[in-house]
Amino acid sequence: MIFSRLKFRKIPLAWLLLTRQPLRLAVAIAGISFAGILMFMQLGFRDGLFDTSVTIHKLLDADLVLISPRSKSSISMSGFPKRRLIQTLAVEDVEETAPVNLNYLLWRNPENLKTRSILALGFNPSDSLLLDEGFSMKAYKLRNPSRVLFDKLSRPEFGPIEEWFLSERKVETEVAGKRVIVEGLVELGPSFGADGNLITSRETFLRLFPANPPGSIEIGLVKLKKGSDPEMISRILNNSLPNDVRVLTKRQFIEFEKNYWKNSTAIGFIFSLGALMGFVVGCVVVYQILYSDVTDHLPEYATLLAMGYRLKSLFFVVAREGFLLALFGYLPAYFSGQILYSVIRSSTKLPIIMDADKTILIFVLVLVMCMGSAAVAMRKLVDADPAEIF
Amino acid sequence: MVKANKSKNNFKNLKTVSINNLSHFYGKNENKKQVLNDVNLNIDKGELVLLKGPSGCGKTTLLTLIGALRTCQSGDLTVLNNQLNGASRKTRQILRRSIGMIFQGHNLLRCLTAEQNVQMGADLIKGLTYLQRREIARNWLSAVGLEEHHKKLPNDLSGGQKQRVAIARALSANPKLLLADEPTSALDSVTGREIVTLLRKLAKEQNCSVLMVTHDPRISDMADRILNMEDGKIYSAHSELI
Repeated sequence: MIFSRLKFRKIPLAWLLLTRQPLRLAVAIAGISFAGILMFMQLGFRDGLFDTSVTIHKLLDADLVLISPRSKSSISMSGFPKRRLIQTLAVEDVEETAPVNLNYLLWRNPENLKTRSILALGFNPSDSLLLDEGFSMKAYKLRNPSRVLFDKLSRPEFGPIEEWFLSERKVETEVAGKRVIVEGLVELGPSFGADGNLITSRETFLRLFPANPPGSIEIGLVKLKKGSDPEMISRILNNSLPNDVRVLTKRQFIEFEKNYWKNSTAIGFIFSLGALMGFVVGCVVVYQILYSDVTDHLPEYATLLAMGYRLKSLFFVVAREGFLLALFGYLPAYFSGQILYSVIRSSTKLPIIMDADKTILIFVLVLVMCMGSAAVAMRKLVDADPAEIF
Repeated sequence: MVKANKSKNNFKNLKTVSINNLSHFYGKNENKKQVLNDVNLNIDKGELVLLKGPSGCGKTTLLTLIGALRTCQSGDLTVLNNQLNGASRKTRQILRRSIGMIFQGHNLLRCLTAEQNVQMGADLIKGLTYLQRREIARNWLSAVGLEEHHKKLPNDLSGGQKQRVAIARALSANPKLLLADEPTSALDSVTGREIVTLLRKLAKEQNCSVLMVTHDPRISDMADRILNMEDGKIYSAHSELI
């Protein structure tokens, strides 16, 4: 009632123009939603790729990470001398270090005996590897040779490991042609680079992968004393250590991995292009809808001009139509996106989530799509000649 | 009696439309065609003028020029004290708010109810709240006898009812001049006469001038003045007092 007393309130012409033609509105909403879903999926996959590629990186219990300068990403790691890691202890702020081996090995599915590549991490069970309080108990079991911890989020193609393990059945299989026993389960998650993960001791790792020189490691974890500045220590170590090693903060290590997928492969570009395609499809759909809407109502717009309405007012009507279409089209896209993300998460274990960044970005893209199309459709309004309606 | 005449003379001196030597052309070079040829015309305040003439004689062009819908090319055209020769687009747009227009084809907005269509006219009045503008719309719909149809869409109204809505819309913005193009052409004789009676009554009450293009001989007796037009000229004019 108060709203009705306001001077600025007008007849919701844009709303009525849209809603009094339900079929056309439904087509428009379907088109915009489709474009929105396409963008949600493409950007979801892209971000999922980037996120999964650093799942393990985020879990590592370290302030600094040493890698070889020749390493490109976790799927192409080069080794460096383990003694470089020991040399870091010369810096007063370094509290402890942990050498880690990392490589892809062949896992045999114990159920159907098929082999599949799995990412294996080897570390000293007495060291702290992951930021997981319960992990040290599991790591203790790796002191025995040929024992591994299996990532229960690995793809099902590796076999019903979790099911067997939880049913207290002895899980025994082959890795790189050598017998191993699953002593526990961890939760890491697959990535675009690795369908599954296992963790073992360095001793077992070197037995499984004898070609790896014992004095060579792929990752060196460095924990600093409380209150130390990782950026500064990283600079000090980079200056003091030889060039066969590179010292990164944990944040830089995560960025290093993400940048590989973003810049060194076409994957990031492909998914961004997919999202762009969705955007273009949406623009075409909205433009067609608004253009035909303006064309159909041209005599009515001309009548409004003849009555004394400004052309700018009519532009606002079309702009409001574009805005309403953006809202109507975005909401189904958002909810469909949530459902599809959930389906993908459960079927692929990829951490595709509807985060605030993506929610806002795609709303802005849908809004730009609709308002941009409305702006182009407005050009047709100039054809509305009030003199022609007599 | 003397007082009445004085009042009438003052009334007559107030020109709503003043046209001197107005000419208008369509096309260019060899395709240039003159549709209005030195037209001279005055319409007084509150006067109902009928404009007749064969198809293509320039009636509609004259109507659109007076309605500030076209740019004036040659001659003087003053509407509601606004010289339209050389007037800017903005001036013409603002002037149109003071001119009510009734079109042959109604041109109601299909997505709006009868009441909302009328309110689109009232919405041009500044300083009123939404409720006040809606009240104006309802009053005008009531005045044209459609108060019970205010929620109907144009498609649910008859031709006569649509024309009444168009009249209500034209009058709802408090126009000083009303331009109507064949407002009775699609109506039966009874409804047509009712419409013009209504138009005349409401226009008089609003004290606005009416220029109506029509071929309908059934309403000639209701005009203050009848003008005839042929070949772009108003060649004769005479008054018919009702």
